[in-house]
Amino acid sequence: MSAIPLRKEFLAAAPAHPSAAMLSGRVDAAKARESAGGSGTGYRRARAPEWLPAVLAPLVGLALFVALWAILAKQGGRIPDPATVFAAAVKIFADPFYSKGPNDQGIGWNVLSSLKRVGIGFGLAALAGIPLGFVIGRFRFVSGMAAPIIALLKPVSPLAWLPIGLLVFKAANPAAIYVIFICSLWPMIVNTAVGVRQIPQDYLNVARVLNLSEWKVFTKILFPAVLPYMITGVRLSIGVAWLVIVAAEMLTGGVGIGFWVWDEWNNLKVEHIIIAIFTIGIVGLLLEQALVLLARRFSYG
Amino acid sequence: MDPNRYLVVEGAGKTFETRTGDFVALTGIDLAIRKGEFVTLIGHSGCGKSTLLNLVSGLLTPSEGTILLANRHVEGPGPDRGVVFQNHSLLPWLTCFENVYLAVERVFDDKKAKLRDRTHQALELVGLSSAEHKYPHEISGGMKQRVGIARALAIEPKVLLLDEPFGALDALTRATLQDELMRIVEKTGATVLMVTHDVDEAVLLSDRVVMMTNGPAARIGEVLEIPLPRPRARLALAHDPRFMDLRAEVLEFLYAKQVHKVAKASLKVA
Repeated sequence: MSAIPLRKEFLAAAPAHPSAAMLSGRVDAAKARESAGGSGTGYRRARAPEWLPAVLAPLVGLALFVALWAILAKQGGRIPDPATVFAAAVKIFADPFYSKGPNDQGIGWNVLSSLKRVGIGFGLAALAGIPLGFVIGRFRFVSGMAAPIIALLKPVSPLAWLPIGLLVFKAANPAAIYVIFICSLWPMIVNTAVGVRQIPQDYLNVARVLNLSEWKVFTKILFPAVLPYMITGVRLSIGVAWLVIVAAEMLTGGVGIGFWVWDEWNNLKVEHIIIAIFTIGIVGLLLEQALVLLARRFSYG
Repeated sequence: MDPNRYLVVEGAGKTFETRTGDFVALTGIDLAIRKGEFVTLIGHSGCGKSTLLNLVSGLLTPSEGTILLANRHVEGPGPDRGVVFQNHSLLPWLTCFENVYLAVERVFDDKKAKLRDRTHQALELVGLSSAEHKYPHEISGGMKQRVGIARALAIEPKVLLLDEPFGALDALTRATLQDELMRIVEKTGATVLMVTHDVDEAVLLSDRVVMMTNGPAARIGEVLEIPLPRPRARLALAHDPRFMDLRAEVLEFLYAKQVHKVAKASLKVA
């Protein structure tokens, strides 16, 4: 989970936005004037604007990546070159929402049904995990009770739970949702509990000297103080959930981006697999960015 | 009720249980504060002056002795005492107005409009009407502390407890806020108990300065009356020989009478 570097890149690319470019341009001009006045040479007046390398670097990186890929594809083997994949992508995204029976649907439907599973599993995990996290964070004894269980189960690959899910639910879809639930649960519990434990004593002292009611303490102090931690938990959870859903769907089948990858493998349409990889990456990136924005909205100070 | 014994600390002491055994922070503290009096507690750091304040605020329970406010036992924290914390302790997700309103709403049983009025008044008293809707991170340290004072005063407490309220501020802001506090206390007639380690602050603001010996097992060393007339003007007092004498007395207590222990303590640290 490298939220911060990702965000930086995102921001670095942002000066394409005119106001940002204008702003840094202005700062730059001021600096240039200053240095020109100081030394009298005026050398730096023609220097490239500061944001340019920030925009250029990711573009150069992507270009190199595509070039490397093209070279690898030229070496033979079964990897399609970027142009072929791009052409296939144009075709696929031209009609993302077609449906010809359960095994042949557009990529849009596949992504949406994966997102739906993640949403449900993850929502259930939030409903269970956040209150549990509060209780574990607030009461030392409960924390002691939960610690060994969480420590033991957290490192288990969520996919190991899939057979249990299939056994209990006797259907693929709820089993996949249940795997998402399990993998989202731990980060949510752990981060909420940490958040509750990190509440500054000062805030609780304010509550004590004012004799605030339990309800006020919860709504005005505990909840807002824990919220940033909860959002971190949510961000970690959704990252893991998006990783896991692809694998779970490969195993369970049905409609979904993971299943689609497997299906295209069976059809030996490697360019579609590559498209799926990029699609999964982009959706994951968007989810992450959305939560980073949410987290920034609720960070104080 | 005897107005000379509005806030009474009787034989109070505090012992903390630590891993290495009991630590006696305070012992045998006797202090009576009259209604409307401004008393400061001064002493070297670690002398337990904040501990004493926390006993009065109810955040700590005394291990021995009792504390009475207006003839009633202090048992735990309560809104009859307004506390201003050293680090302002404003809730960062509430605006200045909301921070004060949270306290007002808890204490008074009025209609919403009346509660809002009280909040506005408290913020006006500390000169922050224009910053009401700002969040704590949008205002300066001095302004935050003003909000802290407004929050403590808005609940109309019997006594105002200030724990080194200006300790974290720069000298100029501190001076402004000291003047402001004097004005507010004069206007409201509040009874104040304040912890400080600033000698000038103690002499300028107080009716009495309570000087504490060094811990562990700190006690009240000396109590100095400050009979300077009010209102007091900082500039005029700066050259006033009475002010200088009083100041010298506090300094003498801190740096001559208590210095021995300090020297030993710092030797141990080194």
